[in-house]
Amino acid sequence: MNPEILQDLESFVPEIVLTVALLLVVLADISLPKLRTRVTFLVTAVGLLAALCFTVPLFGAGEKALFYNMVALDRMAVFFKGFLILASFLVLLAAPGSKELSSTHLGEFYALLLGVTLGMLLLASSVDMLMLYLSLEMVSLTSYIMVGYLRHDRQSNEASLKYILFGAVSTGSMLYGITLLFGLTGSTKMPAIREALASGGASGGNGMALLVATALILAGFGFKTAAVPFHFWCPDVYTGAPTPVTAFLSVAPKAAGFATLIRFFFSGMSDTTTSASQWSAFSAMNWTSLLILISIITMTLGNIAALRQDNLKRLLAYSSIAHAGYMMMGAAVLSYEGVQAVLIYLITYLFMNLGAFLVVIEIFNQTNSFNVNDYRGLYRRSPFLAISMTIFLLSLMGIPPFAGFFGKLFVFAAAVNHNLAWFAVIGALNSVVAVYYYARVIKAMIIEGGDEGAGFKLAGTSRALVWIMLLPTVGMVLFWDRIQALTGRSWKFFIG
Amino acid sequence: MIGLNHYLFVSAALFSLGVMGVLTRKNAVNVLMGIELILNSANINLVAFSRYSVASLDGQIFAVFVIIIAAAEAAVALAIVLSMYRIVKSVNLDQADTLKG
Repeated sequence: MNPEILQDLESFVPEIVLTVALLLVVLADISLPKLRTRVTFLVTAVGLLAALCFTVPLFGAGEKALFYNMVALDRMAVFFKGFLILASFLVLLAAPGSKELSSTHLGEFYALLLGVTLGMLLLASSVDMLMLYLSLEMVSLTSYIMVGYLRHDRQSNEASLKYILFGAVSTGSMLYGITLLFGLTGSTKMPAIREALASGGASGGNGMALLVATALILAGFGFKTAAVPFHFWCPDVYTGAPTPVTAFLSVAPKAAGFATLIRFFFSGMSDTTTSASQWSAFSAMNWTSLLILISIITMTLGNIAALRQDNLKRLLAYSSIAHAGYMMMGAAVLSYEGVQAVLIYLITYLFMNLGAFLVVIEIFNQTNSFNVNDYRGLYRRSPFLAISMTIFLLSLMGIPPFAGFFGKLFVFAAAVNHNLAWFAVIGALNSVVAVYYYARVIKAMIIEGGDEGAGFKLAGTSRALVWIMLLPTVGMVLFWDRIQALTGRSWKFFIG
Repeated sequence: MIGLNHYLFVSAALFSLGVMGVLTRKNAVNVLMGIELILNSANINLVAFSRYSVASLDGQIFAVFVIIIAAAEAAVALAIVLSMYRIVKSVNLDQADTLKG
């Protein structure tokens, strides 16, 4: 074997561990009929934790690319790998406690979870358009199946069908855009694409073609991050999917989508020579305005549509669209500060959003309902769940001292420092609109009296899991300097 | 003499037909056929660019991968359509209307 590849494999351990765990889960699932539920869970948990342990030391490896410039190994990639594995792990812990999923056989679910994690790790680190497309499809195909996991449930099937039809068209358009870009620049490697664009050879008279190609590629990123106008799948899929899968989709693939969006636009389509911390788009086409436009429409539409939702899953779906808009804001300012803001936002979003979905799962287990009207009087039935949900929602609103506030603060600050104060104002106005629909849920839970059923009996594991999400959401402010230092070091990436 | 532009025209036409098929068809299987057209239009682009403007085999290798992905996607999509058919007894997309709002 080629010694170069053997050497690269040493830096590829997290992915290898996940692959081995995936195969073991499949094997255990068919060969141990009695123990399989427990064994598959354990193997998945151990696999994810081991992958996380192998990821951390890679943080200091510097910026390079593996396997003939197919995937990058840089701090940005390692940060996202750690983040994505952690997100999968938290969802794994939540899955058996959900009534929807625990009534089915979960072995295949764990295998799919490992598969989608592997795909996301590759997506977050790919620097070649071929690798990017393949890993995007790997993430998409596995998530289609996860959404339709409840085979006998009409809504789950319908969500899955809508998801795959919409997803296939979006990724197909993206593929068409990639082929145009390949034709215009003569390469599928991001650094080579950037150089072709910089030398002007590609854009000579082809500015329009280049913009069309970029817009088509954006369809794929928009689909993964649920940004307008590629968000139509989002409310339906989030509502129909089993709730742990919804929680997963709202955080992990979105984060992977942002990772690859930032990587593509920064290392593939920006002039990196001007300054180390500030990039600029090539004059041939103005894609930053395109990103700013998408960001504004995404957050506004997400927030306004969320106002009239009664189904909690649907409400959180629109809220996650709005959050994608805020994060896009950080990416659109095209600076080191903006990237850091996106990373901070993602860390805070991971805990508060997963936490909110976790409470939704627990309440569904008891009441069989996602409707906000059935949350009335929750405070008297389960003060713990009501107060945790209130904290998660306050954090999603962006109220200090909870974690969500800092995410928004950094994103808006990045926009202001980039002379886009009006952009930050639009973001701030949007967060004011968002207060209404989050507060409505809080009001129903705490102030309104409703059907006073018996108190909830909460399993110890569920309680512990809510605490795991609650502590970072509340306590992140105490470790703020560490998080800032970590994200400040993570923005470095391979530019070829 | 047939050149690069001819191929690009064919692929653009195929892409448009695919998108039109996806948007106008009610039958889930027909929509999937539209998606196949989109993927194959990209393949024509790849092979044409590889042959005429980029002097490397990258595009043709890319096309092989796309064919594999198209097969995988069709397999998953048809499985989901079949599972939907078992519940609704129809592959008409108008029947998929319980989720809205």
